[in-house]
Amino acid sequence: MVYFAKWKVVLILAIVGLGFLFAAPNLFDEKATNDFPGFFPHKQVNLGLDLRGGSHLLLEVKVEAVVKERLNSLVDGVRIALRREKIRYKRLGHRGNGVFVTILQADKVDLAKSLLADIEQGFDVTVDGSRISVRPNKEGLREIRDATVAQSIEIVRRRIDETGTKEPTIQRQGEDRILLQLPGVDDPERVKRLLGRTAKMTFHLLDLDGSIEEAIQGRVPPGSLLLPLIESNRGGKKDEPRHYLVQKRVAVGGDHLVDSQPSFDNRTNEPIVSFRFDTAGGKRFADVTRKNVNKPFAIVLDNKVISAPVIREPILGGSGQISGGFTTEEARDLALLLRAGALPAPLIILEERTVGPGLGADSIAAGKVASVIGLVFVIIFMVIVYGLFGVFADIALLVNLVLIVSVLSALQATLTLPGIAGIVLTIGMAVDANVLVFERIREEVRAGRTPISAIDAGYSRAISTIIDANLTTLIAAIILFQFGSGPIKGFAVTLIIGIITSMFTAIMLTRLLVAGWIRRSRPTKVPI
Amino acid sequence: MKTLNLLPIKPNLNFIGKQNIFFIISALFLVLSIGSFFTRSLNYGIDFQGGIMIEIRTTQPGNLAQMRSLLSDLKLGEISLQEFGEPTDFLIRIQKQDGGERAQQKAVEKVKASLPPDVEYRRTEFVGPKVSDELFRDGILAVIFAIIGILAYIWFRFEWQFGLGAIIALCHDVLTTVGIFSLTGLEFNLSTVAAILTIAGYSINDTVVVYDRVRENLRKYKSMPLTALLNNSINETLSRTIMTSLTTLLALGSLYILGGEVIRGFSFGMIWGVLVGTYSSVCLAVPLLLYLNVDRGTGTDDAKTR
Repeated sequence: MVYFAKWKVVLILAIVGLGFLFAAPNLFDEKATNDFPGFFPHKQVNLGLDLRGGSHLLLEVKVEAVVKERLNSLVDGVRIALRREKIRYKRLGHRGNGVFVTILQADKVDLAKSLLADIEQGFDVTVDGSRISVRPNKEGLREIRDATVAQSIEIVRRRIDETGTKEPTIQRQGEDRILLQLPGVDDPERVKRLLGRTAKMTFHLLDLDGSIEEAIQGRVPPGSLLLPLIESNRGGKKDEPRHYLVQKRVAVGGDHLVDSQPSFDNRTNEPIVSFRFDTAGGKRFADVTRKNVNKPFAIVLDNKVISAPVIREPILGGSGQISGGFTTEEARDLALLLRAGALPAPLIILEERTVGPGLGADSIAAGKVASVIGLVFVIIFMVIVYGLFGVFADIALLVNLVLIVSVLSALQATLTLPGIAGIVLTIGMAVDANVLVFERIREEVRAGRTPISAIDAGYSRAISTIIDANLTTLIAAIILFQFGSGPIKGFAVTLIIGIITSMFTAIMLTRLLVAGWIRRSRPTKVPI
Repeated sequence: MKTLNLLPIKPNLNFIGKQNIFFIISALFLVLSIGSFFTRSLNYGIDFQGGIMIEIRTTQPGNLAQMRSLLSDLKLGEISLQEFGEPTDFLIRIQKQDGGERAQQKAVEKVKASLPPDVEYRRTEFVGPKVSDELFRDGILAVIFAIIGILAYIWFRFEWQFGLGAIIALCHDVLTTVGIFSLTGLEFNLSTVAAILTIAGYSINDTVVVYDRVRENLRKYKSMPLTALLNNSINETLSRTIMTSLTTLLALGSLYILGGEVIRGFSFGMIWGVLVGTYSSVCLAVPLLLYLNVDRGTGTDDAKTR
């Protein structure tokens, strides 16, 4: 053990050197690291949201809503197809996860089946007597889900970008979830409000023939919808009705919107949202308004009527404005939502963890103090108990900390508050390997061995114990990493890194230090 | 340089002779832990129960009673309000609301609207019913898998008698840690599970070190009575056991006192685990070997033949 092969010495020193190099950027300002020469590592430890402040949101995409929509349009498709071929049918509709129809002409069931199979991809058609069912198959469902989630992520990204959040992380998690990490967000409630709205805007003509009273009692005329007035616009004018009966048919869809901005009405100074259609949308809007002058039309957002103004004159320019009793903030947010586009399906917030910048900074400070004090105690204690060898162990301990920081920086693993706890724990446990060796050396000295042979025996005998002991902790840490989430994962990460680096420093580095000392001072007594 | 020996050169304490006392203490503690778990259950945090937790800081030391009545007027079910570290800091916990995820978000908005505008929101955590169920399941799975993983390793490295002894000691540590959380009513959350898993690792670590020595001595002294051999093994490793526990406790104690309120429950669990883990390795795991029919092989002492 006293004689290290040269390459081993070089390797150990190289690892330590690299450790210092990769840990170095953390000593500097984040901005200063940008000026480092290219070959120099410039990555700093990536702080978790619980340390730098920010919001962690787990969202679920309600894919069922899209499936239902698809089934709805499939019902229309089936109706059109059967009518075109003059096939008589009854009980056409969708229930649960499929569209069902009963064919009245027994000889046309096969024809109907092949017709229905051609309507859309990703659906399975099954026949049971005269009853045909069309259900999305596994691939079809997966396709719908993947497309919906991907589109949702895109819209979420646009909305988040519009709020000015820097470096958001938006990623898919599992089948239908989206994980959002928003560092330094100062108003999480606004972000949640923005994400909680589908923001699907449509323009409908009003159904002026039907009776609202009857509709409220549940007798909505076919082809019409009974929609409530949006909350923000209630109570402003006393005579404003609370419900509207609108035509189901969408006159112009919100997907034709290309821009929308908050502004103020010239006359009333009321906050409004102005919008602009694309060419196709502008043309349709012009058509609809030209044909329906002096009739009211409804601006509908997420199945609520924002307002239902009367068309005074045809609107030909492809742009318009919405007033709906908004506050300035509401107008700003609505404009943002319309600009970013509608979500394909509603989003639900499953989990939120927001840490304010104050607490994050306090946690960092407390973590630093606790680490330093813990470190100082352990260092002093080791020197008291093991003297010079304690100094060797302490050097190894400090190098160990540098290595942990360097690995965290290089791998860009996230350091969380429990992660700091993991480092502090490592400080306490890292010396264990050295303690094992030193105690063994003491025993061997007591057994009457010469210093060098005692040290030699101490290392060679303790090593299997060290490996056994560390591997068991490593198993626990790896499982924690697998099952843990967020901050806990951060704890597992630092623990895993700490176990590995501490084994290296204890077995390799202190041994090298001890060997160097032996060669220089040729001891006759072990000072331990 | 004069160094300090923590213990007399060669301690010779009779651990094995006091095994009955240890067994009784541990049995008592296990009964207490399990009994408390089934009667008082655990004070589950929102991670496992779902619900809302908001940490706020007021500009002046807040009026607890006034705030409490303010919050209970919201009619959000059970609300707990407690001071959190400083007289200006408060932790508001709101039980899971009926009616899915959206209802929870509504409750957060309601609380924030009812509090004065100059309040600093230091932390807002909300866990919906779906996620809390998953976290609970994952937590239990993690503990089970960790124990199985460690068990497999011990089985592979040691004879089955040692494996069994180590696992009994490990389960003792895990159960009493859960027990102490139940008895003290400290919040049991995700980081508690992390603490338990780390304790599992630490406890086994400690046991392995002593067992390694037992195994070594078994090979060395084939005719020494088992009681004496076990006792020797404990004593030979005792200074290491104490030393490592002390350095770990120094670090953890500093974390407990200085690491801030958020991490305190976690550090408490770890400190408890280190204490109980050290105790169980020495006072349970080794004496248990007496009853597990350790295979001594035959032949003469290695020490003599060498």
